[in-house]
Amino acid sequence: MADVTLKDIRKVYPGGFEAVKGIGFAIPDGGFCVLVGPSGCGKSTLLRMIAGLERISSGECRINGRLVNDVEPADRDIAMVFQNYALYPHMSVYDNMAYGLRNRKTPEDEIRRRVADAAKILAIEPLLERRPRALSGGQRQRVAMGRAIVRKPQVFLFDEPLSNLDAKLRVHMRVEIKKLHKSLGVTSIYVTHDQVEAMTLADMIVVMNAGRIEQIGTPLEVYARPESTFVATFIGSPAMNLLKGSVADAGTVAVGGTRISCETGNAATGTEVLVGIRPDEVALKPGAPLTVDVTFAEELGPSRLYHGTLGGQDMVIQVVPHAADPAATRLGIDIPARAVHLFDAASGRRL
Amino acid sequence: MEKRTVFSGYAIPLALLAPQLLITVIFFYLPAGQAIWQSFQLEDAFGTVSQFVGFENYKLLFERPEYFKAIGATAVFSVLVGTLSLALSLFLAVQANKALKGASFYKTLLIWPYAVAPAIAGVLWLFLFQPSMGMVARLLQQWGIPWDPLLNGNHAMILVVLAATWKQISYNFLFFLAGLQSIPHSLIEASAIDGATPLRRFWTIIFPLLSPTTFYLIVVNVVYVFFDTFGIIDAVTHGGPAGATTTLVFKVYNDGRSGGDLGSSAAQSVILMVIVIALTAIQFRYIERKVNY
Repeated sequence: MADVTLKDIRKVYPGGFEAVKGIGFAIPDGGFCVLVGPSGCGKSTLLRMIAGLERISSGECRINGRLVNDVEPADRDIAMVFQNYALYPHMSVYDNMAYGLRNRKTPEDEIRRRVADAAKILAIEPLLERRPRALSGGQRQRVAMGRAIVRKPQVFLFDEPLSNLDAKLRVHMRVEIKKLHKSLGVTSIYVTHDQVEAMTLADMIVVMNAGRIEQIGTPLEVYARPESTFVATFIGSPAMNLLKGSVADAGTVAVGGTRISCETGNAATGTEVLVGIRPDEVALKPGAPLTVDVTFAEELGPSRLYHGTLGGQDMVIQVVPHAADPAATRLGIDIPARAVHLFDAASGRRL
Repeated sequence: MEKRTVFSGYAIPLALLAPQLLITVIFFYLPAGQAIWQSFQLEDAFGTVSQFVGFENYKLLFERPEYFKAIGATAVFSVLVGTLSLALSLFLAVQANKALKGASFYKTLLIWPYAVAPAIAGVLWLFLFQPSMGMVARLLQQWGIPWDPLLNGNHAMILVVLAATWKQISYNFLFFLAGLQSIPHSLIEASAIDGATPLRRFWTIIFPLLSPTTFYLIVVNVVYVFFDTFGIIDAVTHGGPAGATTTLVFKVYNDGRSGGDLGSSAAQSVILMVIVIALTAIQFRYIERKVNY
């Protein structure tokens, strides 16, 4: 087991493109860190640099205190689960899992024991003699994880491991990964673009955008106190509403013709702001002065989304289905002051 | 599920198959049949009289030491050319697959020899290695290495093996490179993380995954060394000296065309055909099992 420390990591490709622009953070021993961001934000590149599959252009990567910038992937004591599983198609499941151990000259009876243990944990014992092609997507996923855990590495690296599975299996495997991490306690770094995976798995989320870190925190911190409009709209589904407005006076912001009360902190009157409001934190209040003009409604089952406008700007609210008429065209709402997030209109940073 | 198209009647399927069948019949079955028929005939040098002699042509062949010599030469030649051209092209393809800069230039250079006609390739090598005027031959002589492919049978064999190998490397290289490029990169990365050294990675991951390509190339190369190397041998050594580089296919041509012994030539080509068919069958029977498709 080990902690992982990154210091000012950069990746510059020969063409001059800078994929990762100076990233530093530390993952404590046994932590589960999720790197999340849209495609092309550099999260996979960062993971591959930690794995040793890409050269680190500058900066320091330490695993358990040891500088590993120039250490071969095999000698970093890590294991990686790839998006396409990368199982060796010409080997049986057993040989796939034993391969890394055989390369390290582990005695054959030790290999047998470890593979059997891993197979038991992952419930793939009946599959050991099969070839990967004879397995379903979920089974391949398990084998890929089995190959990682038999090695007993110090760090697990996951590169979007669930994105090739169907929705139902994804939820199932997500839970399995969480359980596995709980029982093995190995430091893990997990890359995904799916914010639900990030929220559910992580005890530390690193939100990345365009090669930089937008925010680091626990899932709750990132959700409750997004540091930028990027994080605010990326984490949480449906996405947070962002309304253009300005600080009217201490304690209220003006959005279009209406006013919303909130914490304005020490923002000066007249400051241009973006007002962030999560759809589910809006309460219905019939007859209230604040109203949403509804254009259409979406049924989600446990909740209903009303798409409409507030003060001329797009706004989505999420309520329990029986709380209002599905065909309503205008809804009175109440926005609690603590549910309002204010961001600087120019920089997008939290005020 | 297998998809099957059901035709009513025979007209359309027959029409669709006809071109392929026609070509096979005209260019393979008819000549092959004629060769078999001819191999039972004894014909005079002018082709005016012919007489049915049964297996006499075959019997005579196996009574002559030259024929066994040709079998020996063919065995040496084909094993050397087959092994060398496959091994070298695989090595070159692996290197080309690693190259980042100038990869396409490198590939183009390696593919060019394939566009050279066999006879011209042969002449090219002859010019390089001809004892009295060849550039390489003179260098060898300067260094005190004895070199005379015109008189020394082993030297002549080395020369045709080199020329035939050089000619075939392009083709093999192209297929190996395509095969290598179809191996997912993540498998190589996974094996790197799994602690396999580059050499071990090659033998445990890359080589097994390349086996369909290798198998195909073995089949093609066997046919190549047995039949298509005729042009090179004809241009470089003309089967000499003293029959040292007379392979079976060259002997077929030499005895029939130059020697005028059509019956014996036909018998030899039938034997050659049987050998190649047998080799191909063995490959499919035994080697194909080890292929991971």
